[in-house]
Amino acid sequence: MTTTLYQIGTFAAGNRLLDPALRAVQSSTERGNAITSGHRACRGCGEALAARVVLDAASRATGGRMVTVNATGCLEVFSTPYPESAWQVPWLHSLFGNAAAVASGVAAALRATGRDDVRVVAQAGDGGTVDIGLGCLSGMFERNDDVLFVCYDNQGYMNTGVQRSGATPPAASTATTRAVGPSVGNPFGTGKSLPLIAMAHEIPYVATATVADLHDLEAKVVTAMSLHGARYLHVLVPCPLGWGSASAETIRVARLAVQSGLFPVFEARDGAVTATTAIRAQVPVEDYLRPQTRFDHLFRGDGRPDVVAALQERADRNIARFGLLEESEETP
Amino acid sequence: MKLPYAVSLGPGSSTADLTGSWRTERPVYQTLVAPCGNACPAGEDVRTWLYLAESGGAGYEAAWREIMETNPFPAITGRVCYHPCETACNRGNLDEAVGINSVERFLGDQALAEGWEVRVRVPATGRRVLVIGSGPAGLSAAYHLALRGHAVTVRESAPAPGGMMRYGIPRYRLPREVLDAEVDRVLALGVTLELDSPVTDLEAARAEGWDAVFLAVGAQLGRRTYLPAASAAKVIDAVSMLHDLEEGERPLLGRRVAVYGGGNTALDAARTAKRLGASDAVVVYRRTRERMPAHDDEVAQAEQEGVEFHWLSTIERVEPDGLLIEQMELDESGFPQPTGRTERLAADSLLLALGQDTDLSLIGPDSGCRVTDGSVETDHAFATGLPGVFAGGDVVAGERSVTVAIGHGRRVAQSIDAWLAGEPAPRPAAPDLAPYEALNTWYFEDAARTHRPLLERARRSSTFDEVVHGLDADTALFEARRCLSCGSCFSCDNCYALCPDNAVLKIGPPGEYEIDLDYCKGCGICVEECPAGAIRMDPEEI
Repeated sequence: MTTTLYQIGTFAAGNRLLDPALRAVQSSTERGNAITSGHRACRGCGEALAARVVLDAASRATGGRMVTVNATGCLEVFSTPYPESAWQVPWLHSLFGNAAAVASGVAAALRATGRDDVRVVAQAGDGGTVDIGLGCLSGMFERNDDVLFVCYDNQGYMNTGVQRSGATPPAASTATTRAVGPSVGNPFGTGKSLPLIAMAHEIPYVATATVADLHDLEAKVVTAMSLHGARYLHVLVPCPLGWGSASAETIRVARLAVQSGLFPVFEARDGAVTATTAIRAQVPVEDYLRPQTRFDHLFRGDGRPDVVAALQERADRNIARFGLLEESEETP
Repeated sequence: MKLPYAVSLGPGSSTADLTGSWRTERPVYQTLVAPCGNACPAGEDVRTWLYLAESGGAGYEAAWREIMETNPFPAITGRVCYHPCETACNRGNLDEAVGINSVERFLGDQALAEGWEVRVRVPATGRRVLVIGSGPAGLSAAYHLALRGHAVTVRESAPAPGGMMRYGIPRYRLPREVLDAEVDRVLALGVTLELDSPVTDLEAARAEGWDAVFLAVGAQLGRRTYLPAASAAKVIDAVSMLHDLEEGERPLLGRRVAVYGGGNTALDAARTAKRLGASDAVVVYRRTRERMPAHDDEVAQAEQEGVEFHWLSTIERVEPDGLLIEQMELDESGFPQPTGRTERLAADSLLLALGQDTDLSLIGPDSGCRVTDGSVETDHAFATGLPGVFAGGDVVAGERSVTVAIGHGRRVAQSIDAWLAGEPAPRPAAPDLAPYEALNTWYFEDAARTHRPLLERARRSSTFDEVVHGLDADTALFEARRCLSCGSCFSCDNCYALCPDNAVLKIGPPGEYEIDLDYCKGCGICVEECPAGAIRMDPEEI
């Protein structure tokens, strides 16, 4: 009996009928809970969930011999308000912009002391990754330091009041890109794709993932930890506060980002894409935009069908560029 | 806690902060009624036995025992039930309904092959109940009464038990060894069966001193209609024909057989005529196929076997060599209206399948057991006006089918049990249904339905071999696992895995979770991502 016969395949986290080896780490009572209860993330926070998923999978992959370096940002602020910490792993707080440099230093120190069994994971939000931390990160990439750098991308500076970042998508309304008057929100033609920038460094491993697919996210962490050198993982984590989505819909919104084609999920090795996750049930971008109040202005009154069409074009370009509607060769 | 040098915050010290105080709504695990079970006339808890069957192996027997809680005849209903469960199945909105009926048959057949049995597990009550009629209603009641420790006697007018399951449903739909085996299993509980024992006087039977009586004589009389007919015309009612065939009398129908009617009996008659050697079997029906009460599968199988249909036709007159047929057309309200256009249809015999009536001559005049429009009047608990006398199956008004009758039998048994205990009969609560919208279907694997294979056509025109085959073990398991488990947790761990606050706890065996209200912020992700709709949000009292 193959696994395709199981009631829900491997889409859900687990299943009583599923071989335990095929269940997500997160379905196990043995999971490490790297970040535990009592943290002060907003309700429905995608980043708090993603951090637990990533670090639990990395802990399992390394047998717990791992140091985590954390940039300033939501994740640091809500997890460690003095005198409390939600972390249950060895964890270091850096400045906003230097997490990659600190992680490089930790890796160098471990190497210098002969502790080559201990691995290093650095994590930051999109602000600390694509804007403020990019210089340090690019250096870490080009030196090929033995660090996995994880970016939890919630597409803006959320804990400081939802300002625009280099990862904010076009047409999103933020505190610094208000959709007032003729403005459509965050202007088209700005921003950057850090996964593609990372690939340009030809580092061993670059991957994207979302909180909507735990199996995929965990598998990518395991792959990353099986490799050495500079590795980069970019995880889309919806933010109910900054995106104006219902707290219950965090997973759904991330799923719609993938199924619309706006967020391509792929893996790259040494600068070349090696695998993509095919869209399973394609939806128009409008299905993704509507549940988020940061795109409200596109649908108020007569709406802005031209802007929605431009966003659809972006999705279509991703679909063509990454072959998102083709069956991936890596899916079983 | 004494922290090591340079460590300023204790690991996990955030748990001192009870973030559950932010909450305005709380998630609550719930179990809703699935539409399949709600639609089952026999009252089966379909979702539960599919869940048990999904494990395969030992799960099959557990699943079968769950069916047997309500329906003593899974191998029979797995063949002849018109499965309203599948019509109601939420998976029908996704791709195609779960093949519940075929899984039921697989389990029923498995039980017969393995010799699984049920036993009476309560002491005898000493109460005696008479069941009149050994059809599905009577035997179902006998089964449930016997399991409750009552002594049951079933009186049957025919030489063999089963009622319409034997004398109405042809063998190619229900092989007699299956019927016999499932009936024997009921009798093995100590039920006394008296064959060739028609009850002609209800009052006299009551006077024998029974503690309760269940009237389940069915509807055995073929309804007649006035048709001008030549004296040589051969007009037979379909019910009698099917009955006589079962008793070994091969009717002489000739080469060309016409059947008048549009229900399942009409199709049974036409398909039987084909098997008896008729070259032409033509069903004459006054409306269209869409309006035909017969079940779609039956019509399709009849068509495959070469049965022809004359839609929108009524019979004007029966002549020695055939029928005079008038064409009809549907008016705006969908009723057939005569057109005056007639045609001739060559036929050697005509079978009437215009519905069935009950023979209630055993109920005397002025009886407390009242009869209206040919049906016995009962209350919600199937009690007649006579104290201790209950009626169900085809003798009461409503839908008539084997599965409906089995359900009546079970509920009558409950009512009789309550009556004997001097308690009011239970009233079923209004179900809290799990709607399709409550499901998160993203999580379900694409899985196209498997259909049961059919006997090759050549053998369907000449033999009474069973037409529809069963599923093998692999396909039955696959089909069971297509169940979406509407409104009931199936331990997928999504709630546990997706909570950003670690506020869902796995507390025991699969499927047992608890919300940690100290830390649950009430985001609702667990509710949204539950595939089965088994969690809801309740407002907190603030």
